[in-house]
Amino acid sequence: MAAARASNRPNVLGGLGGLLWLLIVLLPVYYVVLTSLRSQTGFYSSNPLLPPDEPTLDSYRLVLENDFLRYLSNSLVVTFATVAITVSVSLLAAYYVVRGSGRIAGLTYKVFLLGLAIPLQAVIIPVYYLITRARLYDTLLAIILPSAAFAIPLTVVILANFLRDVPGELFESMRLDGAGHWRMLVSLVLPLVRPAVITVAVYDGLTVWNGFLFPLILTQSPDQRVLPLALWSFQGQFQVNIPAILAAVVLSTLPVLALYILGRKQLVSGLTAGFGR
Amino acid sequence: MKTGAVETGRTGPHPVMAAPALAFFAVFALVPLGGVVVLSMLNWDGIGAMTWAGLANWASALRDPGTYHALWLSVQVMVLSWLVQTPISLLLGVLVAARGRYRAVLGVLYFLPMLLSSAAIAIAFKALLDPNFGMSLAFGAEWLSQDWLGGADLALYVVVFVIAWQFVPFHTLLYQAGVRQIPRSLYEAAEIDGAGRMRQFLHITLPQLRYTIITSSTLMLVGSLTYFDLVYVLTAGGPGEATRILPLDMYLHGFSANQMGLASVLAVILVGAGLALALGLSKLASFGRGSQLEGA
Repeated sequence: MAAARASNRPNVLGGLGGLLWLLIVLLPVYYVVLTSLRSQTGFYSSNPLLPPDEPTLDSYRLVLENDFLRYLSNSLVVTFATVAITVSVSLLAAYYVVRGSGRIAGLTYKVFLLGLAIPLQAVIIPVYYLITRARLYDTLLAIILPSAAFAIPLTVVILANFLRDVPGELFESMRLDGAGHWRMLVSLVLPLVRPAVITVAVYDGLTVWNGFLFPLILTQSPDQRVLPLALWSFQGQFQVNIPAILAAVVLSTLPVLALYILGRKQLVSGLTAGFGR
Repeated sequence: MKTGAVETGRTGPHPVMAAPALAFFAVFALVPLGGVVVLSMLNWDGIGAMTWAGLANWASALRDPGTYHALWLSVQVMVLSWLVQTPISLLLGVLVAARGRYRAVLGVLYFLPMLLSSAAIAIAFKALLDPNFGMSLAFGAEWLSQDWLGGADLALYVVVFVIAWQFVPFHTLLYQAGVRQIPRSLYEAAEIDGAGRMRQFLHITLPQLRYTIITSSTLMLVGSLTYFDLVYVLTAGGPGEATRILPLDMYLHGFSANQMGLASVLAVILVGAGLALALGLSKLASFGRGSQLEGA
């Protein structure tokens, strides 16, 4: 909207700065993709920023043969389960916080606000203790449960902020029609907050998908490895085979990239609306 | 909250609706928050039995120069990150907020790092910065062929740069949203007064963005206390202990050296710092809000 200001003169300085940062953003991406297409032998001798003479997909084959699909499916399970749990319990909590009466509703909201400030690292040791005592250590559930717990505060806060903007009259008229809270949730709240739900779901999903610390500490065996952890272990496994390691990096990013291309408008506009206040 | 409470009165939903979310949060965040204080007074290797240690862990953590080193590194990373990321993301946010095809494309490309995991970013930069096969081979330039992550003096700055690479997109998004909420009439009035782009930026954009600046800074500063994955994969705290920031120090004490008690002390320090920072900044924010009302 601010576009019109001073639009008679091009913003040379801003444009140049913007292009410089673009270069900084794209250079590593370019390098990773290019290197992943090199053969291991041609790797040390060639200029890393020029396309390889004979591009090859060997590295990708090697990574796929090394259980990549298992890590992918682990990541999918963990992400979907976490997001499902987080969004459903958070929506109920947000509805209560906004429509509920009295001090408890306000207090509940404050608890979640406070929760935003609790760093995950700070509680990792007790969480590790809890998970081992519950005999969940080295299972996917060990990642899902604490990940959901840590996604809940932000999800509740964003959904609650969104719900507050729903005019109270809508709820009132439904109540006069004799609707209970569950029916209001299903037939009024759910359709109205769908954009916000999609936004937080994507945001939570991205966070969980890329999560590293919980998997690192709460799982151990290769069977339970999720993608970020798999990347880290490929590093040890392939040691000097840099093209293979970088091929794994590219492969681990493809699913998110595909989702991003499909839902970019929703994601970015949702994020800016959710945080920009 | 005000309106909701008044309107619904006695017929509000039952608190049991919030119970599942609260239960999750209590079990995995609130209880552990208390637990970590208790654990800091126990000796535990992570597997065997726990024994009472009293304040012994605290004493040894506070006697250890490594603790202060880690804390100092964390403070440096925090301050440097803020200094690097704030101007870049503010300017980029302003740039992308304006309409126009090329700006939209820029916005899309800037977003890319947000899609990558910290592990992926760390691995990519580790390869790119390697003196044997990274970009040092690409250009003949002497200053590019350094051992970026191998030198104790440089490593911390490289870490700060990679952190910026990862997090600038998110803050750019915040600023973009902030700029789009500025009423256009302000710029039109300034235009009539003959104010140039620079003066419009200094006298309209910057003051109007102050809450965005506070929000973004809070997230940045509190977040910088918890950088872990990226640094762990990128340098593992090295070379020597040049990038062994507080969360990393905690992890290595706990899960590599099996001293959970000592690690819990560091975790408590981390929580304390985080909460103090968050509360301090929100004080600052509400102070700012108050003075705005008077000023308006």
